[in-house]
Amino acid sequence: MDRLTASEIIIRMLIQFNPVWIGLAVILTASWLFRKKLGLYGKLFASPVGVVGLVLVLFWVLTAIFADLIATMDPLTQISGMKNKKPGWPVSGAEGEWYLLGGDNLARDVFSRMVKGSQLVIAIAPAATIFAFMVGITLGLPAGFYGGKLDTGLSFLANLVLAFPVILLFFLLVTPEIRSTGVPLALAGVLFLFPIIFFVMLFYSRYREQPGRLGVLLVITLVLGLWAYSGLAFNKDPFGVFYMDPNLLNIFVSVVFVNSPTVFRIVRGLTIDIKTRDYVAAAQTRGERPWYIMLWEVLPNARGPLIVDFCLRIGYTTILLGTLGFFGLGVTPESPDWGMTINEGRKLLAVYPHPALPPTIALMTLVLGLNLLADGLREESLKD
Amino acid sequence: MVSFLLRRTGVMLLTALCLTFIVFFLTNLEPNLEKLTKSEGNMRMTDVQVQSWLEKNGYRQPLFKRYGEWLGVAPGWTRTDEDGKVTGRCIKRATTAEEAPKFCGIMQGDWGFSLVFKNPVFGIIKEKLALTGKLMLCVLIVMVPAALIIGVIAGMREGSKTDRVLSTFSILTTSTPEYVSGVIFIIVFASKFGGLRWFKGTAATAMDGITFENFTLPVMALALYGVGYIARMTRASMAEVMTEQYIRTARLKGLSFPAIILKHALRNALIAPFTVIVLQIPYLLTGVVIIETLFNYKGFGWTLVAAVGNNDIELLLACSVVAVFVVLLTQLISDIGYVFLNPRIRVS
Repeated sequence: MDRLTASEIIIRMLIQFNPVWIGLAVILTASWLFRKKLGLYGKLFASPVGVVGLVLVLFWVLTAIFADLIATMDPLTQISGMKNKKPGWPVSGAEGEWYLLGGDNLARDVFSRMVKGSQLVIAIAPAATIFAFMVGITLGLPAGFYGGKLDTGLSFLANLVLAFPVILLFFLLVTPEIRSTGVPLALAGVLFLFPIIFFVMLFYSRYREQPGRLGVLLVITLVLGLWAYSGLAFNKDPFGVFYMDPNLLNIFVSVVFVNSPTVFRIVRGLTIDIKTRDYVAAAQTRGERPWYIMLWEVLPNARGPLIVDFCLRIGYTTILLGTLGFFGLGVTPESPDWGMTINEGRKLLAVYPHPALPPTIALMTLVLGLNLLADGLREESLKD
Repeated sequence: MVSFLLRRTGVMLLTALCLTFIVFFLTNLEPNLEKLTKSEGNMRMTDVQVQSWLEKNGYRQPLFKRYGEWLGVAPGWTRTDEDGKVTGRCIKRATTAEEAPKFCGIMQGDWGFSLVFKNPVFGIIKEKLALTGKLMLCVLIVMVPAALIIGVIAGMREGSKTDRVLSTFSILTTSTPEYVSGVIFIIVFASKFGGLRWFKGTAATAMDGITFENFTLPVMALALYGVGYIARMTRASMAEVMTEQYIRTARLKGLSFPAIILKHALRNALIAPFTVIVLQIPYLLTGVVIIETLFNYKGFGWTLVAAVGNNDIELLLACSVVAVFVVLLTQLISDIGYVFLNPRIRVS
């Protein structure tokens, strides 16, 4: 079998991505048709920058979902004779199979590793960002609303974490040795509590007067929340549904820890601004409780800047995960993590550039998409 | 102003104490100490031997006491063996127990001894900081003017085509972390695959002498990631200034557009970016670590990675102290500078 030419490689890759193209077409057409009913998301279609961002982000989300269909090879299998082979090289001993983007230093398929790597990023980055937002919102609202000593104390803590050089924190927190000391577990134990606190307060403040409804909601939140909490933070889930690899937990916790003080500062600033508005004064006159005002009056009105920052922050988290991988602190030693692949590829960059290039471009386009999306959202949310 | 300065410095010192303590705690975790013992003694030590070595070398004192010793506010430990030989933190091989000072911590200038480089930590840090300082200086020289020019041009006519192009470019650079741009630059400009072999893909020779050939790629890769952010801040600030009343007055007065920009708009538009530029320096630190590793430039960032990789506790502690102080100092400078530059705050 011959090596594929450049145009053949491109055509084959485009065909491999077919599920993504179909998914993109369906989602974009549906969103376009119903854009009038979709609020801020619908308005996004008026901004070309935002649409480009949305397409890039959707591309990688769909790639992560259909990764098993798109990948041509197994990302971990090493095939002898394929070490550092150039893009389009036929797989030795197999008819009609190629390494579309060549082989890496351990004779694995670069293309499939890039596709599979998207799954890790798409799963971890948004989840870590959501947790960081839960922590930041739950602490930032009272700090901004009450002010005083509470604010001084929490702000000092936030500034403490912010004054810590990110890279140093990672080197200290994300090491295999630290796991045996229980520091990540303690951090996870604290940080993972915040989503539960957030939802309990959210429902309690709203349905305080309706004990029946409140009871149902609280039971659901607490059962689901504590179940997930026991599994994710301490790996003690009795049913074994929620589980996080200790190394992954370590990375996850560190990323949440680094991100939450910034979210805290943003939420605090927004709360200080919004609490002077008339509708807050009206709610206070009605005799609403402070937590009702914070969660049901202030928070919904702060959603614009928060959604924009959410997009930016997922991008930043993606970069952080890549940085961790670049220093060999990835999820698992062999995982097709983009950062780790770049790290492996950089050592032979001058001789074989093809293993390092695809993950760099993948990471860049995903972050670019998120940043453009955030820009589009900001532009549209400022219009009204 | 004076009370503001005092309060700000006080908070900074408190933060520094907390942060160095956290670093001290995290670098002196049990597994790290065990690894240290085994590399100092031998790899086949039993657990009992490890414990007795740690006990003998002062690692089993309370954490706060050890932190105080390391800082130089608590007297260093001493210990008398069964055969009457006195050992202690401040008693080095050369000095006797009587001559040794009572305190020896970073405040006394004793930063410890690096196990990897086999040299006093203080000298290593000084040498490596000088190397990284050169890199940072070059980066700032490239990054700041480029970012300000892009930001000002984009912001002076908000919504124009130039603005859209430059803004998109800024977003693109903020999406390109150093390890991405570094890899792409090496492939394009320093390997046979890009076709252009203008620069070198390593900066190892730059430690002896900086040349255009060996320093361009690391500087460009570092500067690129920061440019977009500063440019966007400058653009926002510029765009806001352009809507002010005094700009309209200047226009109605018949001043030419360049005169309005240079004489009236720029001065006020550059206050906000100043803070951003100073605060960008700590962010450069992460980039420095990445770029120095990627381009094999043995400066401060490279040393940090080496210290972590080799469990060189005293070197890592020293690197952390420097890093923390860089962050805190830049925050202080940006706060003071902002107050100083902004007449509205300065006067009140």
